[in-house]
Amino acid sequence: MIRDEELELLLNDVLDRYGYDFMHYSRASLKRRINRLLTIDKFPSFAELRYRLLSEPDYVNRFVEELTVNVTEMFRDPALYQTLRTSILPTLTAKPFIRIWHAGCSTGEEVFSMAILLREMGLLHKSLLYATDLNPSVLETAQAGIFPLAPMKQNSENYRLSGGREDFSAYYTAQYGHVKFDADLAQRMVFSTHNLVSDRSFNEFDLIMCRNVMIYFDKPLQERVLTLFDNSLGPLGYLVLGTKETIRFSPMQIRYRQIDSEKIWRKIAN
Amino acid sequence: MAEDSELNPKTVVVIGGSTGSIDVLLQLLPALPNPLTFAMIVVIHRKNTPDSAMANLLAARTYVPVQEVGDKDVLTAGTIYLAPADYHLLLEKDGTFTLDYSEKVQYSRPSIDVTFESVADVYGPDTTGILLSGANADGTAGLWAIGQAGGTTIVQHPSTAQMAFMPQQAMQNVQIDHVLTVPEMIEFLGKL
Repeated sequence: MIRDEELELLLNDVLDRYGYDFMHYSRASLKRRINRLLTIDKFPSFAELRYRLLSEPDYVNRFVEELTVNVTEMFRDPALYQTLRTSILPTLTAKPFIRIWHAGCSTGEEVFSMAILLREMGLLHKSLLYATDLNPSVLETAQAGIFPLAPMKQNSENYRLSGGREDFSAYYTAQYGHVKFDADLAQRMVFSTHNLVSDRSFNEFDLIMCRNVMIYFDKPLQERVLTLFDNSLGPLGYLVLGTKETIRFSPMQIRYRQIDSEKIWRKIAN
Repeated sequence: MAEDSELNPKTVVVIGGSTGSIDVLLQLLPALPNPLTFAMIVVIHRKNTPDSAMANLLAARTYVPVQEVGDKDVLTAGTIYLAPADYHLLLEKDGTFTLDYSEKVQYSRPSIDVTFESVADVYGPDTTGILLSGANADGTAGLWAIGQAGGTTIVQHPSTAQMAFMPQQAMQNVQIDHVLTVPEMIEFLGKL
């Protein structure tokens, strides 16, 4: 197992050399990620990993990809998607234009889930889904709309539990162990790298979805990111977080109202 | 061991189990002294249900406060912490919890190995790991880490376990300090 000092050395390296700032990430989680990388890339020791990272600039992409958690699924937490379908998205119907930001979208499963919801509600044509992640390679996967076939059974079940009534398999074509989602769904998506640690607000949104991203951040970084979201939400905009995340300890919470018992907050004052 | 000498509590008992372990907890919890002088962390394999049924079930059996862990909760003596469904549970050096939605380990999330290893890294010799009944090899690597850190390794006596595989697997691969029946575990925890 990598030692605490070694971890700090690596974090300094990637910040100084490549500008990726993981200083405010959970150390317990980062340690596990680096141990995992040592195993899967078969480094005999910490020193070899550090040498490769410093001597091979291309390796940093892989390092960042493996350091961050990219586990996601479609319609994860179906009850949340049901609330989006029945109570949240209908309030956006009258808008001429709907802007949604998926912050830390990873390989894009939740972006496609949202696009499916919007399409079923007849709102997709006037929506724009901004999908961002710090990691360029996951964005390439997301942009292609190609996902592994195996999780589709679970995804389809989640879709049904979230109130989906269509034939889920009609949204994709399966081939060689993968599925490709209907290109129409991706037409209203914009993919871009964005680092929540260092980048600023880039638009005003009606809904921001950022689920199971901030759990890896320490409190000061969580506060920074919540402020960034606050500044990026229009009046009456919604913030959607993961099951175990909250804005309860943030000063901004007095200007937000939680929707039912879901992890959805609406901005009620500026 | 922990950097902050004020870190509360001084010792942590971390318990892991799978099939057949809930029954054991339901016997163990009512027998715990209240207040507890240590903190207890419980990692049980279960279905991914969003409700807090498991925390309620455990809380009904003991006067010791039972809490399903939320993001950044602080480990405190006298409390039983339950790993939430579908997240790995990690402990930071400052005594706060981190929830982690990374890949399953040993087909499990929460994984016993993940929490055991993380607590061992923070609490070292002040960690006690107890592995209960189960039909899966999760927990073996975790107990190994606790042993390496100088902590105490305990498994449920396989002959008393509904599923003996989990404790047996640990016994075959890790130096185990105590192999205990449930009444013996109660006695052990009462003396901590």
